[in-house]
Amino acid sequence: MAALTEKILTKNIGFADQPDIEAAIGRGAYSRLKKALAMDPNAIVEEVKKAGLRGRGGAGFPTGLKWTFMPKETPKPKYLVVNADESEPGTFKDRMLMERDPHLCLEGMIISAFAMRASLIFIYIRGEFVLGHTTLGRAIEQARAKGFIGSNVLGSGFDIDIILHRGAGAYICGEETALMESLEGKRGYPRLKPPFPANFGVYGNPTTINNVETLACVSYIVERGAEWFAGIGREKNTGPKLYCLSGHVARPGVYETETGIPFKTLFEEHGGGLLDKKRRLKAVIPGGSSAPVLTPAECEDLMMDFDSLAARGSMLGSAGVMFMDDSVCMVRALERVLKFYAHESCGQCSPCRVGSDWIYRIVKRIEAGGGLPGDLETLVSLSDGMIGKTICVFADAAALPAKSFVAKFRDEFTDHISLKACPMAPTPART
Amino acid sequence: MSGSPHVGVTFSSASRGLSEQTLKKIDAAIARYPQKQSALLPALWLAQQEQGFCSLEAQTQIAEKLGVSQSFVAGVVSFYTMFHTQPVGRHVIDVCTTVSCWLRGADELVRHLEGRLGIGVGETTKDGKYTLRTVECLGSCGTAPMCQLDDDYHENLTFDRIDKVIDGLD
Ligand SMILES: Cc1cc2nc3c(=O)[nH]c(=O)nc-3n(C[C@H](O)[C@H](O)[C@H](O)COP(=O)(O)O)c2cc1C
Ligand code: SF4
Ligand code: FES
Repeated sequence: MAALTEKILTKNIGFADQPDIEAAIGRGAYSRLKKALAMDPNAIVEEVKKAGLRGRGGAGFPTGLKWTFMPKETPKPKYLVVNADESEPGTFKDRMLMERDPHLCLEGMIISAFAMRASLIFIYIRGEFVLGHTTLGRAIEQARAKGFIGSNVLGSGFDIDIILHRGAGAYICGEETALMESLEGKRGYPRLKPPFPANFGVYGNPTTINNVETLACVSYIVERGAEWFAGIGREKNTGPKLYCLSGHVARPGVYETETGIPFKTLFEEHGGGLLDKKRRLKAVIPGGSSAPVLTPAECEDLMMDFDSLAARGSMLGSAGVMFMDDSVCMVRALERVLKFYAHESCGQCSPCRVGSDWIYRIVKRIEAGGGLPGDLETLVSLSDGMIGKTICVFADAAALPAKSFVAKFRDEFTDHISLKACPMAPTPART
Repeated sequence: MSGSPHVGVTFSSASRGLSEQTLKKIDAAIARYPQKQSALLPALWLAQQEQGFCSLEAQTQIAEKLGVSQSFVAGVVSFYTMFHTQPVGRHVIDVCTTVSCWLRGADELVRHLEGRLGIGVGETTKDGKYTLRTVECLGSCGTAPMCQLDDDYHENLTFDRIDKVIDGLD
């Protein structure tokens, strides 16, 4: 297991000529597609399995295994859906890939569709990403003109088409089945599972859904082999990974390292430590705002991979790492986190529809000085009432962070309640 | 810019039906999908492009084309934050106020814009030029604070920088 010694996914993001396909080809784009088309599709699935690639969208599900769920013999058309909805607070890596290396994204998608024998790719891109939409749209036209998309791709007999579909503002459409509903021209309501997308996806046809970064990795697995990929990072947590650093960090941005980089290296060497050196680190949300919060003590020897973070009661999620220094009131921070969930619940399930708004209002009231004895118990019991009881895991994504803030920064909550005020000065703006 | 904010910017109250050209584009969108209802979001985008919002007349026309009810279309429109059901300002300023942006001064940015434009969040200036809104995470947290102004992202904002951008608008 080794560190990443060169840039892989971000190798070509610095060129101003995007999405010029000739320039991209000059840098190696679509050479992997040529290689893949000469392979047995099953062999590609096997390579992805052996590489140990895990989904970069949030759940870390093994990609190769997911692909094998697609029925082999079926009269129905098979689809690959690309989740480019990137809306998890703290996450901005897929946007970067699409805007700055669209051909890498497309190549990975086409190879993956070939491996699953899918005939159509839907790219669902969030409505706000206008630049990403335009860039990908132009890249698709160029790739079509070159024969990388269309019927009989490069004479291989493989037919593939791509539909670029623009969302219109709704976090929940990042959830895979909500996304499919949205794609079908409906409200983005998550579906009950089972049936799972591999059997009943878009229009009821077999569908696999993957994240943009996940599919970008596939190109390089084909180019350099499963062993190379599996040799980067840590056991069961392999390959290059994009981490998004934001909040009170000196150098926010997207960093590509091996999966499972030590927290300290990520924070200090890449992020440059805290923005304000006179401050101390107070809290870290390691995987987008749906991930339970960690204290600095918990981050001390932390490795930033799926399993290590799960073992610590949080998650790598979308690898959106948010830093807060000691100027932050944790009650106010939780209020801000929960405002998002109160706003974004799709409203299908009552524990989520009522709960996400209710816990937000309790925290808001505590922060405003109106906290009552018993509020924290109510907060925790409402959160418990949301976990594992709904159609999708959105409710858990609101309740688990809420519980983690209360558990780890309980004194701040009780101080607010007993003082009937926020004891801290407003978080100063540091831009 | 002063005076009481209002939303009902003056638009002609005549029919708000879609132009032939937009209707043709909607047909082309329908043809791209295996099932025509998938063209609903694209059709609404086209309507909003032409009208600045999705008028009831446009929603009805789209419903007819896709073979769904007008109330179904209205239900979809109201689900997504980017579709407007009423006219909005010529320029829409969406400031992200989610966690990472908040940590980097998004609330102060909102206050600054409210003062400068003389309107509150969710309002449109009297001359119909600007609408100010706050939105949830726009996937630009590493360059906070930021806003989306019409189609474009403006990142690493300072008061000065956003003022210059606004000054440059027609
Ligand atoms: C509420 C919610 C929001 C989600 N948002 C996204 C998203 O914006 N982008 C994404 O790739 N996955 C998102 N996911 C995860 C997807 O449901 C799905 O697991 C993922 O796209 C699968 O791709 P992967 O296996 O390549 O990670 C979300 C899940 C939930 C429950
Ligand atoms: S858990 Fe929440 S977001 Fe998910 S389906 Fe239920 S109401 Fe909608
Ligand atoms: S928190 Fe503002 S763009 Fe993500």
